Formats: sequence, structure tokens, C-alpha cells
Amino acid sequence: MHSETVTLDGHIIDSLTLSKVLDLILRDGGQYTIAKFHIGATREDQSHAEIVVTAPDSPTLEQILHIIGQHGATRRSGEVRTLPTPADGVFPEGFYATTNLETAVHWDHAWRAVHNIEMDCGIVIGEDAGAPSARCVPMHQVRKGEQVVVGDTGVRVRPLERPDASDAFAFMGSEVSTERPKELVIAAIAQAMREARAQGSKILFVGGPAILHTGAGRHLETLIATGWIDTLFAGNALATHDIERALYGTSLGVELTTGTAVAHGHEHHLRAINTIRDIGSIRQAVERGVLNSGIMHACITHGVDYVLAGSIRDDGPLPDVITDSVRAQDAMRAGVRGVGVALMVATTLHSVATGNLLPAGVRTICVDSDADSVIKLMDRGTHQAFGLVTDCEYFLKELAAQLDVQKGA
Amino acid sequence: MNTQGPTRLLMCAPTAYGLKYEINPWMSLQKLPDVALARCQWERLYEVLTEEIGAEVALIPQAANAPDMVFTANAGLVRGGRCLVSRFRPPERQVEEPFFADWFAAQGYDVRHLPDDIAFEGEGDALFAGNTLLAGYLKRSDIRSHPLLAETFGVPVLSLELVDSRWYHLDTCLFPLDGETVVFYPEAFDRYAQTVLRDNFHTIEVTQEEALRFACNAVRIGAHIVLPSGCPQLTRTLEERGYTVHAVDLSEFLKAGGAAKCLTLYL
Repeated sequence: MHSETVTLDGHIIDSLTLSKVLDLILRDGGQYTIAKFHIGATREDQSHAEIVVTAPDSPTLEQILHIIGQHGATRRSGEVRTLPTPADGVFPEGFYATTNLETAVHWDHAWRAVHNIEMDCGIVIGEDAGAPSARCVPMHQVRKGEQVVVGDTGVRVRPLERPDASDAFAFMGSEVSTERPKELVIAAIAQAMREARAQGSKILFVGGPAILHTGAGRHLETLIATGWIDTLFAGNALATHDIERALYGTSLGVELTTGTAVAHGHEHHLRAINTIRDIGSIRQAVERGVLNSGIMHACITHGVDYVLAGSIRDDGPLPDVITDSVRAQDAMRAGVRGVGVALMVATTLHSVATGNLLPAGVRTICVDSDADSVIKLMDRGTHQAFGLVTDCEYFLKELAAQLDVQKGA
Repeated sequence: MNTQGPTRLLMCAPTAYGLKYEINPWMSLQKLPDVALARCQWERLYEVLTEEIGAEVALIPQAANAPDMVFTANAGLVRGGRCLVSRFRPPERQVEEPFFADWFAAQGYDVRHLPDDIAFEGEGDALFAGNTLLAGYLKRSDIRSHPLLAETFGVPVLSLELVDSRWYHLDTCLFPLDGETVVFYPEAFDRYAQTVLRDNFHTIEVTQEEALRFACNAVRIGAHIVLPSGCPQLTRTLEERGYTVHAVDLSEFLKAGGAAKCLTLYL
């Protein structure tokens, strides 16, 4: 659905103008909600209404807006206002800060979609191959003199739609679930992944090291090896403990098959990092036959893109880890293009970081044993996220089962 | 019968009147007015207003390049020493704007202007019925002028949509008799406007035949009403109500889509 807010001012009740405008919206195939209404206190006082007009498609909406415009219902938005950026990496004063919702700007007499929308950025307008274009740009990427939208005039944000009944997620709502039947929820997630596949959109997996500690690494490895994951975002820890498991059979020094601590096991992850640093990269370790199993091995052998973003507490880190956080953010930004489903499992830091980059239309599932992780993600603006509070080993095992994948398939 | 109301008018003697373009269905370059006859008709109207009725009439000289300037009703809207000058929709008439604005300023009126993109054609589309302003829109004036009219004059404004191009201005299809009664031709309005008028006023409906003769393009001064000639039904109705009706032949101005009211502005 497409919508736009219009305002109507004057003696609109006594003149029946309000009734007429509402009738015309319905007559021409639209719907309305009155967002604000102030009735003049006396006969002389004017009234003010703000009406959200909704139509099934853009041409219908434009037609309705044209017609009701003749009766005084004016679009709240005119053309966008812009100012040039004063310096590289600095927005002009009063810049419009984006949300992660689908956004358009009214510029050069038409509504133009803002490309690569993500929250907390600015909108740069200019020309792309000779055609007017608008794109969402993070603060550090703007260059001096680029025209940036200021104020909210001429900016239209399309609210997140309620999923319709046919949507796999419809029954889940958008909240943290601790009490829904988990198998059903995971079945819905599997369905969403199948739909993403059918639509040709990508599936992103964001994971934390608990996946390794709980012994769920093999399930993730299976999902990657069977083609269900296109992109992996993680930190130094997930890759390190995955490689530790591949090289030593332990995670944080604990034997994963027996659950017992191994002598000097706490050094295993350091030795694993050192081995890879010595070889040069994870890819080279795979190519030389040093790394023969695990999540990272599966990524390399199945062509799955990964971004390993560093943090201040990292050991090593692995040579593949991007330690410049702005550069890591940009790599992740490039990685989220075309993503339809994002699975975030057992990581708060990387979930929030990824959530910041995702358009609101991406189906986002956050799985953690602690509800706080999911709540944090939603509190930071990723309202589309659906949270599932459960153990990641159970989740991945069940998801692999729902997707009917077998190790080595 | 309420005989209150303005007794001072603005008129413009037709020294440069003529038909130079077609901007309403009445105008045809194939049917040009006889300008000498037009001058006689205008003189007769002036005589009726000033001598028979005793109204005070101020005059503005006609600019040579503004043939429709004789229709002073479109100069603006005046009340209480304040004038909101018109912003014409047809470019052909926009030349008149500065002449009228200058005249009002020279006469000491508090002159107000509308934003450039909002058309408003003065008393042609805005008539006071007592303390309520009836305002026509769509054909010529933009409804977005109505909140500004309400602000400028501090009055409630009833917006009335005009639906037939033959009655392109409000004053071609409606005139307020007093604060409670309006004379109008219903078919010139959409159904919402018809409802608004019937709900808020006593109404006198004009037949299509007389509406086409511009029966509603009438000037009321106290108990006197000046109409274009050829409107016997409305004349009778008004006389029954105690008004003195003066019929004036304005055939040469009808060719440009105007009659008695179009040729006068209440000051």
C-alpha cells in the first residue's frame, strides 16, 4: 500500500469540504485515516485536519491526491530542501536522519526512492548516470559539497506493513517470544528462508561463539554446506573457536565430544589463531589442507561471503578480522545488500551492528538464550526483529531438521 | 427585509473595453461586443446606481491593455478598509492586478496580497452574506485562498464548488439578499455546496433560463436591486419581498461573461 499525509484547513466542517474530501478518497479507491483533527472553537475559528491517504498503488494515490488537492487537501511535503556538506564526513546542520523504513524524497517534481536505506544516516541527492537519484549515506562516507537533505519536508517514509495472513511470520507478531511453541516458530523461519530462496534474495547469518561452545557449530556448518546461508557476519571469537574445534576438537579448551576440560586446552584457541596468522589467512589454511572442517572451512569451500569484525577484547586476532570498525561496518554494509532474511544467533554486539544496517523490510530473527539481547536489538530501532528465546544448539538443530538438510548433503 | 449593506461602489468606465481573447464560454471572437453600445449601457447602469438609487460610486480609469478591467468585481475583496487584491488565474487578466493594487493603496486601503501560486478573483468569487463569506472555487479561484480570506477578514468562509463553466464565478450564479437569504442557481454548484447553502440560508432558486441571462449577477444597495434585463421571474419574486428592482440591458457585457455585479465592486 502507498500512503501520503495531506492537510486540510479552513471552515472545512461547515463547508462540508472535509466530508467531500473523505468521500472522494473512497470513491477513487483509496482509504483514509484521520491522523490529527483540530476543530475550530467558534464559528469564526478554522479547523485543521491531517489525513493519511492510502491507495493500493502509486498511480491511484497520485490520482486521489490530485483530485482532493483541488479541494484544498495539500500534501504536507513540498520539494526536499538540501544543503551542501561542509566537509568530508560531516553532514550540514539540520540534516534529515534516516530510519530503516522504505523512504522516498520529493525532488525534481517526482517521488524518488532512497536507495540502500539504513537507519541513522543522511540522504544525498544527485545524479546517477544522468538521472536524478537519492541514496542513503552514512556520515563518514559523505564528501564535501554533496547535497544532503535537511529537515523533513519532502521526505516520505512508508510504514512497516503488518504481514498478511499468508505470511509465514503473521502468527508470530513482532515481539520476543518465550512462550510460543518453538517448533512452529522455527518452521515459520524455515518457510521464510525457502521464500527468500524462491525470491532470489539472500540469507544472512550473524553468529556468536556460543554456537561453538554449545556444540551447535556442526549444524551451522551443515546449513552453510547445504547452501542455506549466503553471507556470514561474526567476530574473531566465532571463527577462532570454530578453527580451534577443527584443529583440536575443543572449544575454549573443552573437549566437545566428552565435555571435559583438556590439559592446556585454554591455550588451544591462541594456538589456532597463531597457526592461521602464520599461514596468512583462513582461505590459505583451507587451501593448504590445514583447515579441513568447520564453519569457516564450509564458508571457503562453498563460496559464502563472510565479514569478521574485530572488537577491543579480541585475542590475536585472526588475520581475516577487520579491526578498523568503520571499515568493518562498510564491509557489512556491502554484505547486507540484497538480504531478505537475517538470522542473528547468540550475539548481541553483532546483532545490533547488523540491525543498524538492515532495511526494515528484511525479515530479521534474533535467537538468544537471553531475552535482553533481542530487546536491545528492538530498542535500537530494529523493530521488525522477531525474537526467539532459546538455546542456539536446539535452534540450529531444529532449523536444520525443518530444512531437511543432512550433514554432507 | 434587511436593507443594511455597503452603499459605496467601485466602477471602471469602458474606455478600452473590448473582446481580445476567450477565457470563458461566453466569450467568442466571432461575437464581438458593440463598444459604443457597451458605453451607453454602462452609462445607464452608472445612472441607475448613482441617481436612481443614490449610491456613491468611485471610478478607476481603465488601462489601455486591460479590456476586462471594467469588471471591477474582480479587483479584489474589500471590507472594513482592508483590501485583498486578486490574483487572476487567466494570464490575460493578470495585467489588471497592479492597477487595482495601486488604486487601493492610493485610496488608503490596507492592501493585502496572496501568495503567487494561489488564484483568487475577488468579489467575483467571494460575497458577504451578513458576516459570513460565501466563496466559490475550482473554476477560477483556488480553495487554498479561503483560509487566507478567513484570516484576513476574521470571518467564517463557506467554500462552494462551482461545477459548470458557464457560471465560472460565484457572482454569476449567486447573490446574497441579506444575511439570511441567498438567491442562487443550484445546478451551478456541486451537491455539497447546494446542501451548505440550503442548510445555512433561506434560498431563492433561479431558473436556468434566467440564470443564463445572469439574473444572479445582481447588485443590491439597501432595498434596491439592479439586475440585467430579461429576468421577469426573479424580478417578481424580489418585488414580492419588497425590493425595488432596476433592470438594465447589459447585452454587450454579457458577451464577455459579465453583467451588473461584475461591473461593480462593493467598497
